[in-house]
Amino acid sequence: MALFDKHALLEKHSMLLTVGILVVVAIGGIIEIAPLFYLSNTIERVNGMRPYTPLELAGREIYVREGCYVCHSQMVRPLRDEVERYGHYSLAAESMYDHPFQWGSKRTGPDLARVGGKYSDEWHMDHMRNPRSVVPESIMPPYTFMVDRPLDFSQVQQTMQAMRLVGVPYTDAMIENAEYDLLAQANPDFYPNSGDYDGALVDRYTEASGREGTVTVRAFDGDAENITEMDAMIAYLQMLGTLVDFETYEADSLQNRR
Amino acid sequence: MSEHDKDIDAATGVETTGHEWDGIKELNNPLPRWWLYIFYICIAWAVVYWIFMPAWPALPGMGTNTPGIRNHSDRALVAESIDALRSARAENGAALIEASVEDILADQDLRQFAMAAGESAFGDNCATCHGAGGRGAPGYPTLADDVWLWGGGLDEIQHTITYGVRQENMESRFSMMPAFGRDQVLSAEEITNVAHYVRTLSGLEEASDASIAGQEVFEWNCVACHGEAGTGDQFQGAPNLTDRDWLYGSDMATVQATIYNPRNSAMPAWGERLDETTVKALAVYVYALSGSEG
Repeated sequence: MALFDKHALLEKHSMLLTVGILVVVAIGGIIEIAPLFYLSNTIERVNGMRPYTPLELAGREIYVREGCYVCHSQMVRPLRDEVERYGHYSLAAESMYDHPFQWGSKRTGPDLARVGGKYSDEWHMDHMRNPRSVVPESIMPPYTFMVDRPLDFSQVQQTMQAMRLVGVPYTDAMIENAEYDLLAQANPDFYPNSGDYDGALVDRYTEASGREGTVTVRAFDGDAENITEMDAMIAYLQMLGTLVDFETYEADSLQNRR
Repeated sequence: MSEHDKDIDAATGVETTGHEWDGIKELNNPLPRWWLYIFYICIAWAVVYWIFMPAWPALPGMGTNTPGIRNHSDRALVAESIDALRSARAENGAALIEASVEDILADQDLRQFAMAAGESAFGDNCATCHGAGGRGAPGYPTLADDVWLWGGGLDEIQHTITYGVRQENMESRFSMMPAFGRDQVLSAEEITNVAHYVRTLSGLEEASDASIAGQEVFEWNCVACHGEAGTGDQFQGAPNLTDRDWLYGSDMATVQATIYNPRNSAMPAWGERLDETTVKALAVYVYALSGSEG
């Protein structure tokens, strides 16, 4: 058979063989993975999910930088004990704006997918400063430096642009006002007397969410004047798992079954 | 391949692959049978799996992936097992929601149910701040005593757990101690004086000129919430200043700092997170922690 005689060509040229192997191996991957990017039923339809605000996004960057995902997962699995402990199991929709996702694969600490609102801001401050002060058996390292380190948000606009490139629906207004929005979220008095800013941050992201109450403006670390890494971190943590409206989520619909 | 002449290795009698490298040839031994059969079984298993289990992703127009004839869904299963759990708890749970302290004390089954549910929910949700067994920490009230900011009756505890402290919902426990120093209501000297006075209330220090001066400041600024004698007001969550129980600490610096810029700390509204039965069980557990159960 002529085709099999051609096999000698592959066997005698190592680069050609390498390319050939790559193509064959890739077929399996392409068949399994590629359709997920285009299928309409990969991500559940939910109400409330929105792109992260600049402050939350900055907090998320710190979360990634400090490697929180090494010890904390963000994935409540569909198991009874997990749902009992953490709340509703995680949906694909809840991490659709995460690039990269923070599902994690190991729980040295607890899962954080639904930590938003579970503890007070003060608790997060105490816990980040010295985890043992509130949880004596904790083995988490302290992140005291975040309390004083000013948040570097010079890149936040570029980060949002990069996110938009990979599919996060940031609008032009969101990107244009990124730095104002960031400052305004961490400081309720940011524009005390100014007419050009009237809760535009809240409006912008509430509109994107389609659900009231998903954007909170407050001094997350208790100090409104200085925007620190702690502000960003707590803003991010307090938002986690709170965006999706589970009252309107149709768990029984065929499309949302897994 | 039949075109190839079979090339049999003389020494072993096994066919070679026909390839030759500097005079060395490779024997073409067949794969072990056991391996081959397992391989075929795996292929057959895959086909069976496609039929029974969800397997193939959705093609355009299908709407969903192939469900398989078993109609398996992890999410449906967890919903089922949670429903089963809820119905197993339903009888005791429904009784618990309605129950008063006397009912719970009278019914041992109900009490056991409430205490077990309460203890497990407490460890998971509350102990993170209030400590194991409700022993408390600076800034996080001790629950295992009979000192209460917002009231220690079963209903009061349940209300606090359900709606939280300083939360955005309308029912939340809410009060704000003014920042007497930060907002320049009082001078540094006045704050020092009133801090001395407050410490005399619980016998932490002897009366002095400073504390006598502080008493006047107290009467002008503090009595509205903390009461004329400084015994506090649970309706406003104003702590009793005459006892030995201090949320943030009783040393001079802490008292001054609290008057200068109070923490007004918050507690989440657990009614938004936990179901009614769990909240009631928590209230019973916390009520019992304080020793009120007797």
